[in-house]
Amino acid sequence: MQIIKTLTAIAITGTLIIGVSSTQAAVSGPKPESINWSFNGVFGTYDRASLQRGFQVFQNVCAGCHSLNLVAFRNLKALGYNENEVKAIAAEYEVQDGPNEDGDMFDRPATPADHWPAPFANSRAAAAMNGGAVPPDLSLITKARGSGGDSAIRVSMLQPSGFPLGADYVHGLLTGYLEEAPVGFDLPEGKYYNKYYPGHSIAMSSPLGEDAVEYNDGTKATTDQMSRDVTTFLVWASEPELEHRKQLGVKVILFLIVLTAMLYALKRRIWANVH
Amino acid sequence: MSGGTSKFQSNNGLVNWVEHRLPIFSFMDAQLNQYPTPKNLNYFWNFGSLAGIILVIMIVSGIALAMSYTPHTEFAFSSVERIMRDVNSGWLIRYLHVNGASMFFIVVYIHMFRGLYYGSYKAPREILWMIGIFILLAMMATAFMGYVLPWGQMSFWGATVITNLFSALPIIGEPIVKLLWGGFVVENATLNRFFALHYLLPFVIVGLIFMHLWALHMHHSNNPTGVEIKDEKQDTIPFHPYYTIKDLYGLGLLLTFFAFFIFFAPNYFGHPDNYIMADPLVTPAHIVPEWYFLPFYAILRAFTTDFFMYIPFAWLMSAKLAGVIAMFASILVLLALPWLDRSHIRSSNYRPAFRIFYWVFVIDCLVLGWVGGQAAEGILVTIGQWATFWYFFHLIIVVPVVGVLERPKALPNSIAASINGAPQAAE
Repeated sequence: MQIIKTLTAIAITGTLIIGVSSTQAAVSGPKPESINWSFNGVFGTYDRASLQRGFQVFQNVCAGCHSLNLVAFRNLKALGYNENEVKAIAAEYEVQDGPNEDGDMFDRPATPADHWPAPFANSRAAAAMNGGAVPPDLSLITKARGSGGDSAIRVSMLQPSGFPLGADYVHGLLTGYLEEAPVGFDLPEGKYYNKYYPGHSIAMSSPLGEDAVEYNDGTKATTDQMSRDVTTFLVWASEPELEHRKQLGVKVILFLIVLTAMLYALKRRIWANVH
Repeated sequence: MSGGTSKFQSNNGLVNWVEHRLPIFSFMDAQLNQYPTPKNLNYFWNFGSLAGIILVIMIVSGIALAMSYTPHTEFAFSSVERIMRDVNSGWLIRYLHVNGASMFFIVVYIHMFRGLYYGSYKAPREILWMIGIFILLAMMATAFMGYVLPWGQMSFWGATVITNLFSALPIIGEPIVKLLWGGFVVENATLNRFFALHYLLPFVIVGLIFMHLWALHMHHSNNPTGVEIKDEKQDTIPFHPYYTIKDLYGLGLLLTFFAFFIFFAPNYFGHPDNYIMADPLVTPAHIVPEWYFLPFYAILRAFTTDFFMYIPFAWLMSAKLAGVIAMFASILVLLALPWLDRSHIRSSNYRPAFRIFYWVFVIDCLVLGWVGGQAAEGILVTIGQWATFWYFFHLIIVVPVVGVLERPKALPNSIAASINGAPQAAE
């Protein structure tokens, strides 16, 4: 059974490669809880209610300091808002436009085509307002932290003990603040202690106190709930194609399995007179 | 190209008109249709054609990406995100291209280890093998420059670390680095020239592949017995339909494996830091190359001032330079392999001693890859150094010595005899 030997060899090689590439992404320090997100796995989708609540948390809490440069108002339709709702949300914000006929820049209400306006004019301004630390842009945050974005392998094969997804890390960070640094830890002035932040000393204070927002849908706004919701929103911001990608992937892989099985049958038949 | 005279005939007047002026139909018939191929090839012989198909996928997806990509330090990162978010199926094209690079290396490494096991580099296939090494080098250059294009943190710092390696070379080092950078630091000029070369090199690879196939078709494929074709009727079958269907079946398996990563773990082979835009003022905690460079990266880093392989050269050069030379030598030494291997038996199936060393070498390469992905500290440094030592010891000492000392098993009389279980020739 040459074929089985071959496949085994490929599987072993693949596993080794997978081992290698995962270890390089390992994060030091305690591992955040790995959460069974609605978007995990082969059939994962975003929970629309959670996305909308997460957007509310982002709007009311995060957006004060963090930009979301890669997301446009029109993208919010994916959260379940209709055209008019998106227009209304956009109109609440002002963006700079111009120059007009006089050569002057002017502010106008945002339209769905505009990108999310940044809270600070530039990174210098952001640093000046935040004790020298620049709040990172959040458009790709869950792909850029932990072991990165959505991955069926890490979740199913190497989890739960191993490598936290970016989403798990962000959720861990938002809920991982300690009131006081452990005894013996030298926390610099103006910094906060976080269990999951590399080095533990973070410039952002705990952003999600109980009831920091009042949810429109009446959900109780616990720190954990808000953290899950805003993380879901940020995963969507990082990977807006995720649902479409997975749905297409299931079809493509089913097609390829059927095609490959047929090719194998044909191969057996053509080779029948050689063996 | 020799091999397989074509019995090509056509009733089509236009085909015959063209054929009379440019014998392309008989050429294709001889090389792709009737081309005699050993009948006993196993599935490891699928990986050559798979590599060719992945190259085509890379070129097609790459050209599509280039249409929406902006090679400028201020716009590159956001233009890639624009592809991901606003270009129709842009995410699919990009994930195809990104994961395609990893698939290309997986397939090519298996293809090379197949060649190593079955002695496919031995006479008269030395040039075939050497062209293959040049293809690998061109692939590595292309992949390295491609990884720089999204202009993320790992793009920038990877480019900085790797281009800086050349500065270790005496006299020519500094000018080479300035030439690569197009200035005095990694900057916009660097990104521009890397983009130009990233677009160019795949077509150089296409040219090299034609030479690779030309050399292959001179003496035909090697096979698991390593015994040359003796009787075309008995030992071979035409490429089509036998190997076209076998290759297609293999392609089906590969594409399924490939699709899993594209759709369900698209950033698996990548590094999270590359989703942070390049910032020359912030160095990432660990600068790690892509997985397919890790064994070579481990060899580079093995050369510390107290490494026993470096000490004999300490009077001559810095440890950094020795590491750079060793890294390049680890690939270039493969060019000499056809002459380092003194055994006339190709297939390791008939080389009991070499076969053991072969698998040790495979494990050694995997260990190097593993060490290359870790932070260089503690016991890992020692493991990396011994693995580096073994890499060169295997190729330069073990291969020639085992070739001379080993008592090989009896070879079958012919490919056909090996299949029919005919009695083997006396030793």
